Amino acid sequence: MKELVVISGKGGTGKTSLMAAFASLAENKVLCDADVDAADLHLLMDPELKERHDFQGGGTAVIDTDRCIECGLCRDLCRWDAISEAFIVDSIECEGCGVCVDFCPEEAIDFPIKTCGEWFISNTRFGPMIHARLGIAEENSGKLVAIVRQEAKKLAEKNKLDLLITDGPPGVGCPVIASVGGASAVLVVAEPTVSGLHDMERVAQLAAHFKVPAMVCVNKFDLNFDQTEAIEKLAKENNIRIVGRVPFDPVFTESMVLGQTVLEYVGNSEIRRSINGIWQNIRNQLTL
Amino acid sequence: MIISIASGKGGTGKTTVATNLAVSLGSDVQLLDCDVEEPNAHLFINPVIELNKKVFTPVPQIDEEKCNFCKKCAQICRFRAITVIKETVLTFPELCHSCGGCVEVCPEKAITETGRELGVIEIGHRNGLAFVHGRLRVGEAMSPPLIREVRSHTRSDQLTIIDAPPGTSCPVIAAMKGADFVLMVTEPTPFGLHDLKLAVEAVKLLEIPRGLVINRSDIGNDSVRTYAKMENLPILMEIPFDRRIAEVYSKGKLVVEEMPEWKERFRKLYLHIQEIVG
Repeated sequence: MKELVVISGKGGTGKTSLMAAFASLAENKVLCDADVDAADLHLLMDPELKERHDFQGGGTAVIDTDRCIECGLCRDLCRWDAISEAFIVDSIECEGCGVCVDFCPEEAIDFPIKTCGEWFISNTRFGPMIHARLGIAEENSGKLVAIVRQEAKKLAEKNKLDLLITDGPPGVGCPVIASVGGASAVLVVAEPTVSGLHDMERVAQLAAHFKVPAMVCVNKFDLNFDQTEAIEKLAKENNIRIVGRVPFDPVFTESMVLGQTVLEYVGNSEIRRSINGIWQNIRNQLTL
Repeated sequence: MIISIASGKGGTGKTTVATNLAVSLGSDVQLLDCDVEEPNAHLFINPVIELNKKVFTPVPQIDEEKCNFCKKCAQICRFRAITVIKETVLTFPELCHSCGGCVEVCPEKAITETGRELGVIEIGHRNGLAFVHGRLRVGEAMSPPLIREVRSHTRSDQLTIIDAPPGTSCPVIAAMKGADFVLMVTEPTPFGLHDLKLAVEAVKLLEIPRGLVINRSDIGNDSVRTYAKMENLPILMEIPFDRRIAEVYSKGKLVVEEMPEWKERFRKLYLHIQEIVG
């Protein structure tokens, strides 16, 4: 089974729009939305929910004030200053390390496991999809990404499908690391701006760090030809396969407003030709 | 006053708003780029960097001479960053959250702490504007401690503008907590609206006053405006889609410098915020 993960470093370069377009072209695949903190793929896929599962994160300290003797040991040990002078734990600040729980001489601190999100198995007009929703202000996004990818693999195996297309999160931190490890390849969607170039370089370094082959496409390439060339030059120097360019076109926004993928919306246009070409290059790279 | 610029969705224009606002307001302003995974503000500010320092987070180091292999360290660690196999202690520094539990629990005092590099902090300035950003080491997963390090440079006698990362989870919270105002930047599209709603819920949780900038305000549809009205989220500025703005941004230039008519609009935006914060 092959897994393509679409990432970008910088947010808003068009990861989800392009990934959704690939979803309409690819066959025998499972779709996976690994951008669990700001998942948007479902807005284009209109998923029909089949299963809903709770996501259990780590524990959070809760002090039982009846048992607490206010010795202050927990406050001394907590490295996140999460415990107030009144011995109330700030659940947003609590890291879930449980050190206060283990050291409290009165055993006055409970450590309930939090449900900090949910994940779903759905059907869409383009095939099965796994997606998730991390609770607001929650931690453990990497852990939820790992679950979503693992479940997508299971679903693909069960349905004898040989491809996973995963929409990744922006950045290079915890959820991105959880998204790229073990993937067959990543596609970096870059935009031709100084920020786009800077961020693409970092995310390409991340892919190399985890030994995942990278490809790149430049979205909205005609907004700045110099930056497009700079991105492609950087890609060549780093053995990153250039799979194509997509022009700037308001049809991306127009189709999004209608809840459609861009290829469902446009006729025979430059956009369609460029995305078809990119998908063909990706298929060749993945040897599908 | 601390103003944090956040969005939920990436690429809506946080950095554009943060950098242009900071530059419009003259001196006694500092800009903290807390998007440490993909910091971009420096590309527009071009600060003179005066100080560059590596930032480390403590991780355990075991003295096997002193260790009696009691496994208490492995038992207390909720992040599975230590394991004891017979007479060998293995640590996994990349999993460690630096809670110090293992150091405290070790009866033989065999554990000390060494550092895992999180990334670097750079401090500089551009004309009167003070500038600080962090850059997460590629391969490092945990950005919140580096964000907190950037924020530790907040000066209470200055106006502080924070460029926050996208999303709604712990890094964003680290960049918004304790701010006096959160300025949300979105675009009027279904993705922009969906992620704005999540970000607004996060700001509500922190009980911080908030307002909205709608970027590329003439694309998409009206649903962001309808939502803002329903939420009593004041729309403080609208930036229409303008190919010139997109090009200025793509070259790493500032809108307020290339299109000076915008300077007054960013100043007005600040006055609006001042009125709300009081």
